[in-house]
Amino acid sequence: MAVRFLLDGEVVDLAAPDPTGTLLETLRGQLRRTGTKEGCAEGDCGACTVLLGELDGSRVAWRAVNACILFLPMVHGKAVMTVESLAPQGQLNPLQACMAANGSSQCGFCTPGFVMSLHGRAIGALGSELPVADVIAGNLCRCTGYGPILEAGAAVPTLAQDDAGVAERLAGIAGEAMASGWYQGRQWFVPRSSDELVDVLAAHPDARIVAGATDVGLWVTKGLRDLDCLVFIGDVADLKAIAETPEGVRLGAGVRYAEAHGALARLHADLGELVRRIGGLQVRSSATVCGNIANGSPIGDGPPALIALGAQLTLRSASGRRTMALEDYFLEYGKQDRLPGEFVESVFVPRPQARAVVHVSKLSRRFDSDISAVLGAFVLAVEAGVITAARVAFGGMAATPRRAAGCEAALVGQPFSEATMAAAAEALRADFSPLSDVRGTAAYRIEAACALLWRLWHREQGVGVSVLDVEAC
Amino acid sequence: MADSNPRWPLWPETAMPALPHDSAHLHVAGLARYVDDDPELPGTLHLAFGHSSEARARIVALDLAAVRAFPGVVAVFVAADIPGTNNVGPIAQDDPVLADGEVISHGQPVYLVAAETRLAARKAAQLGKVTYAPLEAAITVEQARSAGSRIEADQRMARGDAAGALAEAEHRLAGHLRIGAQDHFYLEGQVAHARPGEDGQIHVVSSSQHPSEVQHLVAHLLGKSSADVTVEVRRMGGAFGGKESQAALFAAAAALVVHRTGRPAKFRCDRDDDMIVTGKRHDFEVEYDVGHDGEGRLEAVSLRFSGRCGATMDLSPGINDRTMFHADNCYFLPAAEIVSERLKTNTVSATAFRGFGGPQGMLAIERVCDHVAARLGLDPLDVRQRNLYGPGHDVTPYSMTIEDNIAPQIIARLRETSRYDARREAIAAFNAGSPVLKKGLALTPVKFGISFTTTHLNQAGALVHVYADGSIQANHGGTEMGQGLHIKITQIVADVFGVDVNRVRITATRTDKVPNTSATAASSGADLNGMAAWRAAMAIRERMADFLAGAFGCTAQDVRFTPGGVIAGEARLSFADAARKAWLGRISLSSTGFYATPEIAYDRAAHRGHPFYYFAYGAAVSEVVVDTLTGEHKVLAVDILHDVGRSLNPAIDRGQIEGGFVQGQGWLTTEVVEWDAKGRLLNHSPATYKVLTASDRPGHMRIDFWEGENVKPTIHRSKAVGEPPLMLANSVFCAISAAIAAVNPARRELPALDAPATPEAVLRAIAGLRA
Repeated sequence: MAVRFLLDGEVVDLAAPDPTGTLLETLRGQLRRTGTKEGCAEGDCGACTVLLGELDGSRVAWRAVNACILFLPMVHGKAVMTVESLAPQGQLNPLQACMAANGSSQCGFCTPGFVMSLHGRAIGALGSELPVADVIAGNLCRCTGYGPILEAGAAVPTLAQDDAGVAERLAGIAGEAMASGWYQGRQWFVPRSSDELVDVLAAHPDARIVAGATDVGLWVTKGLRDLDCLVFIGDVADLKAIAETPEGVRLGAGVRYAEAHGALARLHADLGELVRRIGGLQVRSSATVCGNIANGSPIGDGPPALIALGAQLTLRSASGRRTMALEDYFLEYGKQDRLPGEFVESVFVPRPQARAVVHVSKLSRRFDSDISAVLGAFVLAVEAGVITAARVAFGGMAATPRRAAGCEAALVGQPFSEATMAAAAEALRADFSPLSDVRGTAAYRIEAACALLWRLWHREQGVGVSVLDVEAC
Repeated sequence: MADSNPRWPLWPETAMPALPHDSAHLHVAGLARYVDDDPELPGTLHLAFGHSSEARARIVALDLAAVRAFPGVVAVFVAADIPGTNNVGPIAQDDPVLADGEVISHGQPVYLVAAETRLAARKAAQLGKVTYAPLEAAITVEQARSAGSRIEADQRMARGDAAGALAEAEHRLAGHLRIGAQDHFYLEGQVAHARPGEDGQIHVVSSSQHPSEVQHLVAHLLGKSSADVTVEVRRMGGAFGGKESQAALFAAAAALVVHRTGRPAKFRCDRDDDMIVTGKRHDFEVEYDVGHDGEGRLEAVSLRFSGRCGATMDLSPGINDRTMFHADNCYFLPAAEIVSERLKTNTVSATAFRGFGGPQGMLAIERVCDHVAARLGLDPLDVRQRNLYGPGHDVTPYSMTIEDNIAPQIIARLRETSRYDARREAIAAFNAGSPVLKKGLALTPVKFGISFTTTHLNQAGALVHVYADGSIQANHGGTEMGQGLHIKITQIVADVFGVDVNRVRITATRTDKVPNTSATAASSGADLNGMAAWRAAMAIRERMADFLAGAFGCTAQDVRFTPGGVIAGEARLSFADAARKAWLGRISLSSTGFYATPEIAYDRAAHRGHPFYYFAYGAAVSEVVVDTLTGEHKVLAVDILHDVGRSLNPAIDRGQIEGGFVQGQGWLTTEVVEWDAKGRLLNHSPATYKVLTASDRPGHMRIDFWEGENVKPTIHRSKAVGEPPLMLANSVFCAISAAIAAVNPARRELPALDAPATPEAVLRAIAGLRA
């Protein structure tokens, strides 16, 4: 079966696509659109940024994605906008003209990616409410120092986008039936509903489930792996729900980080700030919150924070549903409590009590688009100066995201005081035996984890604790 | 020719032409063509290396059967398949394309796979079975030193009796500093394609700063003459020194496959492989022993630089020399001994990177200034100013007299315009009221020597054509890597003829147009090639003027090329008409131009002489805030005052200053290069190697140009700008150190901070101050 997508109003029909072929390869090769560049082939530099559009009712919802790790079946039924789309008659659009005039490019290799990220912001793509610097946090430039690019983004904050024709052509391009196909003995599926997904997984219980491919993509582009049976869940309509209630937020497995950003930020500002710092916008516009859980990474940023908040995970299969505390899903390194044929359906994150002390901190070498060395999340209930409940979870400190039982025990029942913090920090040292790796030594990780407890304490005392909040003298 | 002052007559005196990059309109439209964007010729083969898994080992057996059997593989080559010299080393012939008998670094290419697709080549390249007999490897500087492993003898630069002066100094202190390496992280990875021509000729399109060297190395590799090899470079997607010598490997591999198979071949290296296989900025260990007086004046300085050079010589001699040349920075060292150890390790060979060793030398002496100030309880800026070169104190450790010193004026001006003193007070007040967050402020200067310190490299050629329709083609030996060289050359040539820049077409850099070129490096691109292009254009203009003088009955001096057209006596005609007339008059409208930098000479054996034509200066003030709990920091504000002489293009120069600063900021803060005990590079992708993002750019960044022209008659009295601004970022490192010191100001100690100042390094330094 074919993968079909729209490129500048024309239907591109890939008759027998390689399910782990990337959109970037197809653009640069078969379609001769060489404006989109490969900088890293792992979703970290943004040189390959394109916009992907899909129907949302009668409008087209655009989002910026890294084409280098976007598998072809994920483009099925969507519209693709590349840098070549912006100036079809050779007339630069206002953003391009501004960037050309103000020194936004030097070597020019990263430039098409920046153009597409900023163009997405200007036409209201996913995440366009963010400041310019956040929108381009997933685009690396090695020449300019970013100043002119930031200026151009601010100078051209909006652009008109007429999507009527695209919307019309998109309707029906995907067809009604579930797309699927074979390629060199490897099978792939793009189910449209959870029920279809249940059926596919019942028939192929060991299929690889792919949501945003921001992790699995690298297995192919870097690991050079052949993936046998792939189920792409990005088009499963009933997994895209975000349900915000007074009790909390439920996110379906198809909800991308950028889509969940607002709802999570409304649970607590720290959670919003954490999401802002997960990947670049292109990654957050592909990667799902549940995918970040399902893949079981010990350094995933979402899980420790959600564990501290008391999140519940729901899995589904042909045999029904199971719900568990999120921390129970992570069994050991590389092993999760997910049975063959089962998929993560949703995660429910309870709303913290208004008086709870919530603190989430991510430590990495670079603030934006970096993987944590340590991520600490604390939710304390404090009544009349006494800590009555505590949930403390860390990422980067063990083989899985994990609660700090000793630290929690040292906090509960104690006065919210400096002495209690000191005791809890001591207990925290015994909770974990982290590894030394490329992101930090074991000794640093322990010190930093304790520092986050102290950061919580100082912040509660009204002391400035974030370098991001400070102005120059 | 009016060579002594080429500013005259046409270059505008007041309005500086701040034109955008010549390719900017193509960059933003995705239409600028890079090596991998060229349409592939039918039958093109794609290449990948099989890499060494060992840091140092003898190759006992090489079983490539599975590689050859992989679907799509057309050929697999090993060292024995190379007909000529198996080398891509620029100086010593010690850098094999494919390992021959022994591997000397982890990731080193051992065999080369050519396949119908890139994916097939990459997959097949994983299948070789190499049997190694491991040999003892030196990964660290200490291991290399104890093994006596060096790329050349230790070098010593000295002036005065440092040992004697140290012994007699009123105050004395010693210290140590580790300075990390840096990956170039050009956004366009290494890439080349090659195609066969007739009669054994070969055409290579490479992303290289040094097409002539690629040409020569490919010729030697294949046993051909240079005349049979043409190398072409239109543009690079960033280079920063990382494509000076390192691009040759990929071009050589493509050329080898063309030679052996007769088919076109392309090598586009994967990012991770690129980071593993190609060299980086040298990392250093520095030890210093300093004598000074009670007011912080340096009396004697002994510096020892130990550079990790990697497995081959590459450009390490010149790079480590430049570390020594810049260990004085702007400061007069009455007695100095600078020793440089060039250690040969079983890690990928370190190579050129913007600044070429200079940044490490400069950072060392800035740390010395900070250390002296800490010990005496002085403002580090006062210590710096007390030690500046000045009248009677103007001879460098390599015995060159500084004649163009403007560092004192630049620093004084910036101290004022940045409100340094008021902010220092405000920061002290902030720190007193902030238990967790501490601020730091630092002003550091830059004095960077301009010229290749290898004297013969300071030459350049150009080729200019005027066509009969009045359009102009300009070609020169320099390469465009984003630095705006081509627009500067375009402006220089257009200006000679009084025409709009749009009339001048800059063509790709090609070895069949301008031969025997030097690398576009050492910030020299515009200085050298700009003057060569100016001379080529002037030669044509003078011929045209002579001819038009005859045609219109005036003297050649009465022929003027103005933006309004060519004026010859009473006649006025368009440039196109003038060109057509000259063609009809059988006047040659094509000329080469050549330039060799005057005055420079250097005795490397004695480390004495006049290696630089002039110096470029600048200074920066950085304000940072450090989180003393976690070690995180943020650069809050930067004020720069930088000297570009008489700017050839202020827009381009501003971009070089800002981009250079931010790249230097990354080197000293977030960019970590580490090898494990087995010599494996740990940071080989953007997931683990973090260059700065937009939000790391200081919120306040003010860049001013120092107003003044080059005292030397460079092209339009401009100054080189590519490298010097990178070192302005030393102010960030010094400011972080100052913020850390605020944790315990009573200690009067320099925080033991190594570069880069990662959160972990900062926390370690804080722990040291609290201990």
